[in-house]
Amino acid sequence: MASTILLDIGFMAMLVVVAFAIVRLRSLFAIVMLQGVYSLVSAAWFVSLDAVDVAFTEAAVGAGVSTVLMLAAMLLADRESRPVPLGRQIGPLLIVVFAGLAMFYAIGDMPAYGDAHSPANSYVGNDYLDRTAEEIHIPNVVTAVLASYRGYDTFGEAVVVFAAGLGVLLLLGLNGNAGRWRAKPNGVRISKQAAPAARKRPLPADAPQPAPAPAAASPTRRTKKPTAKTKKGGSS
Amino acid sequence: MISAVFENYHYSVVIILMMTGLYVVFSSRNLIKKLVGLSVFQTSVFLLYITIGKVAGGQPPILVEDGHGGGHGDSTDHHAETAMNLLAGGEAKVGGAQHSAEVLYSNPLPHVLILTAIVVGVATLAIGLALVVRIREVYGSIEEDVIADLDHRYNLEGTAD
Repeated sequence: MASTILLDIGFMAMLVVVAFAIVRLRSLFAIVMLQGVYSLVSAAWFVSLDAVDVAFTEAAVGAGVSTVLMLAAMLLADRESRPVPLGRQIGPLLIVVFAGLAMFYAIGDMPAYGDAHSPANSYVGNDYLDRTAEEIHIPNVVTAVLASYRGYDTFGEAVVVFAAGLGVLLLLGLNGNAGRWRAKPNGVRISKQAAPAARKRPLPADAPQPAPAPAAASPTRRTKKPTAKTKKGGSS
Repeated sequence: MISAVFENYHYSVVIILMMTGLYVVFSSRNLIKKLVGLSVFQTSVFLLYITIGKVAGGQPPILVEDGHGGGHGDSTDHHAETAMNLLAGGEAKVGGAQHSAEVLYSNPLPHVLILTAIVVGVATLAIGLALVVRIREVYGSIEEDVIADLDHRYNLEGTAD
């Protein structure tokens, strides 16, 4: 048992370190890769917490698929996140600290860790464990519940995944131009001032400030600037 | 209450992780970093659920007993069961999540819920990332400040190429 506790503490420490690194870092590539690391470490902890099916799924889907998706989106979007001024971090920090304190206060009402008689572990889970062997005839209870007892849930999940795939297709299209296409802002200029949030920190004239970005992105940005300027002249 | 916090340090760590993810969602202005924070938050919620479903001295909810039509060899059963008895000792005899033999299993229900949640989470993440790519196509940036600024200055509803 002691070895398991040490393992648990090691995984928890790694998770906390990785999460804090995600907060501090600004390179999107590093952030996305650390997200994959976070998923993988949590999958390892799932094994230690007896949730082998969840660990398998988390390692394959959480650490694999979502990391690939994020890398693809990052390549199409941007490589670096701009720093957030210190004054803008205080509000979120206060909210998070208060929410965290409220949850710490609630820990006192939680069942003890590993309590076999806690409400969550007492009722329907036992029924599944007792009946799966007779009713479903497979040894893996999680699979039995997923595919049979709660089969409609899984069907709904499949519908959600299908809808999400459809949504991504509708948003990005199939012609392979996703991320390379650039809109020209030919709308009407409705305000001469910058947005209130951006007034303190002057942005360069009209167009978004080109971040230290890959070469592929810069020419399209350069074409964007003049159109914005002509619009400004035309409407005013 | 303080002693409860120290005894259940698992919950404390999970709360810290959750709040870290939430902080990334709140504070960062970069949309992709925001989505990463959402993902961290989500994984922490999974950890909370699985932690609640853990039974001390239990084993994964895969039935080790034969005789109900499960496809197990006898030798593996015996191995698992003896190992189980060694691990669990005497105190785990009247567990809640207990099978007819003296094998303790962790609660399978949170595992099932979280399995569904992981897959749905990836689906929503894909939609969010597709939206980020589209925003980048129109605004040329994925920083919230820049997007808000362009929104304030231009009426972009007639955007076309």
